Amino acid sequence: MSEVLKVEDMSVTFDLHDSEVHAVREMNFTLAEGETLAVVGESGSGKSQAFLSIMGLLAKNGRATGRAVMGDVDLIGMAPKQLDIYRGKDIAMIFQDPMTSLNPTLRVKTQLAEVLVTHRNFDKQAAIKTSIEMLERVGIPEPVKRANAYPHELSGGMRQRVMIAMSLLCQPKILIADEPTTALDVTVQAQMLDLFKKLTEDFGTALVLITHDLGVVAGIADRMMVMYGGRAVETGKTDDLFYDPRHPYTLGLLHSTPHIAKRTARLDPIQGLPPSLEHLPQGCSFNPRCAFAFDRCHAERPPLTEAGEGRQKACFYEGAMKYGEVA
Amino acid sequence: MLGYALRRVLSAIPIALIAVTVCFFVLRLAPGGPFDGERALPPTVLANLRAHYNLDQPLVVQYLIYIWRLLQGDLGPSMVIDGFNVSQLISIGFPFTLTVAMSAFVIATVIGVIAGMIAAVNQNKWPDYVLVLVVMLGVVIPNFLMAALLQLWFGVYLGWLPAGGWVAGSIPHLVLPVTVLAWPHAARISRLMRGSMIEVLGTNFVRTARSKGLGQRLVLARHAIKPALLPVVSYLGPGMSYLLTGSLAVEQIFGLPGIGKYFVTAALNRDYGVVLGTTILYMFIILALNLIVDLVYAWLDPKVRYR
Repeated sequence: MSEVLKVEDMSVTFDLHDSEVHAVREMNFTLAEGETLAVVGESGSGKSQAFLSIMGLLAKNGRATGRAVMGDVDLIGMAPKQLDIYRGKDIAMIFQDPMTSLNPTLRVKTQLAEVLVTHRNFDKQAAIKTSIEMLERVGIPEPVKRANAYPHELSGGMRQRVMIAMSLLCQPKILIADEPTTALDVTVQAQMLDLFKKLTEDFGTALVLITHDLGVVAGIADRMMVMYGGRAVETGKTDDLFYDPRHPYTLGLLHSTPHIAKRTARLDPIQGLPPSLEHLPQGCSFNPRCAFAFDRCHAERPPLTEAGEGRQKACFYEGAMKYGEVA
Repeated sequence: MLGYALRRVLSAIPIALIAVTVCFFVLRLAPGGPFDGERALPPTVLANLRAHYNLDQPLVVQYLIYIWRLLQGDLGPSMVIDGFNVSQLISIGFPFTLTVAMSAFVIATVIGVIAGMIAAVNQNKWPDYVLVLVVMLGVVIPNFLMAALLQLWFGVYLGWLPAGGWVAGSIPHLVLPVTVLAWPHAARISRLMRGSMIEVLGTNFVRTARSKGLGQRLVLARHAIKPALLPVVSYLGPGMSYLLTGSLAVEQIFGLPGIGKYFVTAALNRDYGVVLGTTILYMFIILALNLIVDLVYAWLDPKVRYR
C-alpha cells in the first residue's frame, strides 16, 4: 500500500513568556492508505499538538518544524491560504468536544454544505442535498429535519455524527480524530467506533485516532504509536504491542487498563506523574517512573530503533518484561 | 420568531405605563411651576391660567386626564410657549435631532464594529495599538471639550468646516456635531467588538471552521462575526439612548435647531407638557430600540428564541 502521509523530524515548540516548551520532538512516522493508526499517550504527551500542527491549527505561540508530506506537498510551515486548499478536502479533523465544535449560530446544513461549496465548487442546493445524504450515511435519523436544526437542538452523540459527516464530505485521504469518543456516553462510544471503521473502509480514508483509551485502540487500530513526553516511544502493529509490549511505558499502560477477563482486585497504575515538558528528566524521559531503568537510562536518551518486524521502540532494556515482578 | 416578537411587544406596554406614571409624578414633585415668573402674576390671572391647564384639580385627576389624552395621541399644550402644543414643538425639533443621532449611530456602529474586528484579528500588533489609542481619546475626552477642540482646529485654524450654526440642508454643518457625538459611541463599540471577537476566534467552532479550509474571509464573515456581535447588539439599545440624550448637549454647543433647545428651556421653566411629552417620546424610542435589539439578538443567537 502506498503512503498518504510521511512525517519526518517534526517538532512542535511553544513560546512562553521567557522560555519555550517542546510539546513534540523529532516525530517520525508514515501513514499508509486506508490504515488506522492509533496515537496513544497520557495528557500532555504531545499527541494532539502533533496533529494540530499538521492541520496548521496550532495556537499563536506555537511553531512546528520538520516535514509532513502528503502526496507531494509539505504541510508544515505552509501559509494558511495555501493550506486551505488541502484542509477539509484531503485531510480533515474531528475534535474532542462535539458540544463546542459546531458553530451555535449556524444551521447544521450550512456548516456541512460550505465544505462542498468551498472545495468541490458545488452550488448551494446540490451541496445541501449531498450533505443530507451524508447525514443519513452516518446514521442520523430524519436527516432533513436535523440538517435544518441548530447544533444546540442535537444530542452530543448526534453532534459528533454531524462532525464525522462534515469531515468525510470530500472523502479525504486522511482523517484525524482527536479523542472523538471521550466526551460521549459509553454506549454511544461503541457505535461511533463502528461508524469510523465502516466509513473509513468505504472511503479508503486513513484514520489517525488520537486517544488515551486502549479499549478504543484494540477494537479498531491496525497500528499504534505510543507517545511519552513529546516523543514516540514505541510503534508497531496493535496486536504486537498489546500481547508483547517492549517498552515499559506501553506495558504500564496496558496494566493500568481494566480488563473484564482478569478479575483482579486492584488496577496497577503507573507510579508517579507524567513529566513536565519544561523539565524533562536527563536521559530517558520515562526513567523516574520506570521499574527497569538502569544506569544508561539516566545518562543518555534511547533513540527510536527497530525492534523486530515492523516495530520500533525507544528503550535500552532488552530483557524480559513481566510486570508482576516489578510492581 | 413571530410569537417571540409579539411577546416582546406586549411586555413593553406595562413598562411604558409605569414610566409615564413615574415621570408625571416626579416632575410635579419638583418645586415651582410653569407660571412662577420673576414678576408674580395677579392672583385672578394665575387662577384662570391654572384652571385652563387643569392645574387646580387634584393631582390624581390631572394624571388621569393626561393619560386619557395621551391614549388619544394628544400630548397637550405647552404651558409656556404660547400658541404651540407639544406635538408641534416636537415635530419642529425632533426630526433634526433624530437625523443627527441616527447618523452618529449608524456611522459609529459601522466604524466601531469594523475597527473592533481589525484590532482583534491583529491582536497586539500595530493596527491594534493605533486603534486602542484613537478609541481611548474618544472615551476620555468629554464631548464638550472634544467639541471645542474640533471647532477650534477645523472651524477656526484650518477653516475646513463651519464651527457652528445651521444652514438648512447643509451637510458640512453636521460633520463636527456628528463626529463629537459618534466618537465615544464608536469607541465603546469597538472595545466590545474587539473583546468578543478575540474570544470567538479562540473557540472550538472557529478552529473547526479553519480545519475545513474555508479561508480567513469566510471564517470571519460566516463563523465569527455573528456570535461576536452579540455583546455589541445588546449595547446598541442603551447606546442609541445615549446618543439621543447626548445630542441635546451637542446641539446646544453647535447652535443647532434640534429638540434640545426646547427640552432644556422647558425643564428650567417647568413647562410640564413639553418635558413630559419629550420624555415620553424618548421612552418610546428607547423601548422600540430595545425591542429591535431583542429581535436582532434572537436572529443572531438561535438559542434565545426558545426562552
